[in-house]
Amino acid sequence: MFPAQPLTPVRWIFIPALQVILATWLFIIPLRIFGLQFPEPVFAMVPTFAWALIRPSILAPFCLLLLGVAMDIIWGSPLGLWAVALLVPYGAVLAVRNMLVGQQLFIMWVGFAVACGMAELTGVLVTQVLSHGTPHVLGLVCQWGVTVALYPLADRLIERFEDADVRFR
Amino acid sequence: MALRDNPFSELRLPLLLGAVAALIIALVSALALLLSDRRETLQIQAYGVTQKVGDQVVAPVSGWISTPPRLLQDGLSAIRQYFFAVSENRRLRAELEQARQWRSTAIALQDSSERYRALLGLKVNPPVAMVSGLAVTDSRGPFANSRLVNVGSEMKIEVGNPVMNENGLVGRVVGVAPGVSRVLLLTDVSSRTPVLIDRTNSRAIMVGDGGPNPRLDYLRGQDPVQENDPVLSSGDGGVMPRGIPVGRAVKGLDGRWRVVLSADAGSIDYVRILLFKDFRQLANLPRLAELSVPPPSMEVAVPDGAGLKPAAVPAVVPVSSAKPVVVPAVVRPVTPGPAASRPAKPQPGTNRPAVQTSVPVERPVAQPSSRPAAEDGDIPH
Repeated sequence: MFPAQPLTPVRWIFIPALQVILATWLFIIPLRIFGLQFPEPVFAMVPTFAWALIRPSILAPFCLLLLGVAMDIIWGSPLGLWAVALLVPYGAVLAVRNMLVGQQLFIMWVGFAVACGMAELTGVLVTQVLSHGTPHVLGLVCQWGVTVALYPLADRLIERFEDADVRFR
Repeated sequence: MALRDNPFSELRLPLLLGAVAALIIALVSALALLLSDRRETLQIQAYGVTQKVGDQVVAPVSGWISTPPRLLQDGLSAIRQYFFAVSENRRLRAELEQARQWRSTAIALQDSSERYRALLGLKVNPPVAMVSGLAVTDSRGPFANSRLVNVGSEMKIEVGNPVMNENGLVGRVVGVAPGVSRVLLLTDVSSRTPVLIDRTNSRAIMVGDGGPNPRLDYLRGQDPVQENDPVLSSGDGGVMPRGIPVGRAVKGLDGRWRVVLSADAGSIDYVRILLFKDFRQLANLPRLAELSVPPPSMEVAVPDGAGLKPAAVPAVVPVSSAKPVVVPAVVRPVTPGPAASRPAKPQPGTNRPAVQTSVPVERPVAQPSSRPAAEDGDIPH
């Protein structure tokens, strides 16, 4: 359990965003250990889920837009794909925020898994429109799985800041 | 009126409403970015300034970051080689024995191939220059499979250049900036590569889907492919040369033909970028279009036994304007001699595929030489 922190944008938006970019960058190093490559989780889903639950914010969507563009540049995907794929689940989580806040860990984890699935599905739809092709199901499931496994990081971020703004307790 | 009497001083936008408005604006901006991206084209302008600048930042930093793990990997590899030296030596000896047998076959085939080329007067691609580079990033998600290579426009790399490693084709260049190139892998969901099945010469389009094994679409003919058939690049479309090893065909779990990529047999750390230009691009097409074409009804007498071989096939040079330009094929002497070449008569009934004799130039018959195949434009495998 972490004590509640004051809600300054630098602490709850900019620093996590920088950490996401660094982690994404580290995981694209072409390194194989015993012939196996690193997985490629979507680290940006952690703040996407947490920011929507902590409190509604004007800054967060624009930060997600920049995060998505940064991920597209790092991964070489079409510019805007991950921005859209992050903003759609952010909006969905924001819409059901009142239902999710304060729930048990398992329910929150399921919510995070659904949000990750929504991001992957948005990516699939965008790719189908842009490239006229459907991504491989196994690749999608792998990326979704390793991203869902990151929920403890989102939980930590939520616990640190969810009580910081008394208007949204 | 005093400031405190301002009727708008108490007006505050509700935070939730502001957040929703910000979300909509951000979403519209993201969609606009998405629609402006035209990655599927081969135009240099399609790779935006943002991506170029991003790549120029990402590549060197990734190179620094990946140096310690790369050194560690090399060290581990050296240790493994030390401990497995005996078995490795035994395996290499067996491979060398097989390679010696293939060597004599390759020399004989090269000799006969050059002889046939000379007899047919085939004009092959000029030698393909190559640039080696180091892959510094590797994105392998379902939506993007690409790599950044630490060589760029300063090495005359262009968008569309094919990329291979020591085992086979890896992909093609989709973005170039000074000091860095982005390589779209064959497995990327937007990758489409014209290939041929080596055994049957059947054509297909290899379509990436983000998985490890791209699928074969648009297969022509009856039973065109069997398990483990070698798959090569077909060169159709002029983006990459013909004959680069791509992989072997396998039946996927979904019942579709897929390709196990040759390039996956080793790491794709070091790659070779082929500075390939289809030789139709090298030809002066406007000049060719100006050439006078003999009327179809004109009879051209080709004396038998004069050392000339009649080549009555009109060579069609495809041009970008979709209007085929018919250029008379070249008549070449079978034996070296002073016999002049002349345009062959086009026969309307003849339906042979146009050989690559688009430039009507005289050329003496090439004698079988001891040049390596790579100098004739072949791709070293």
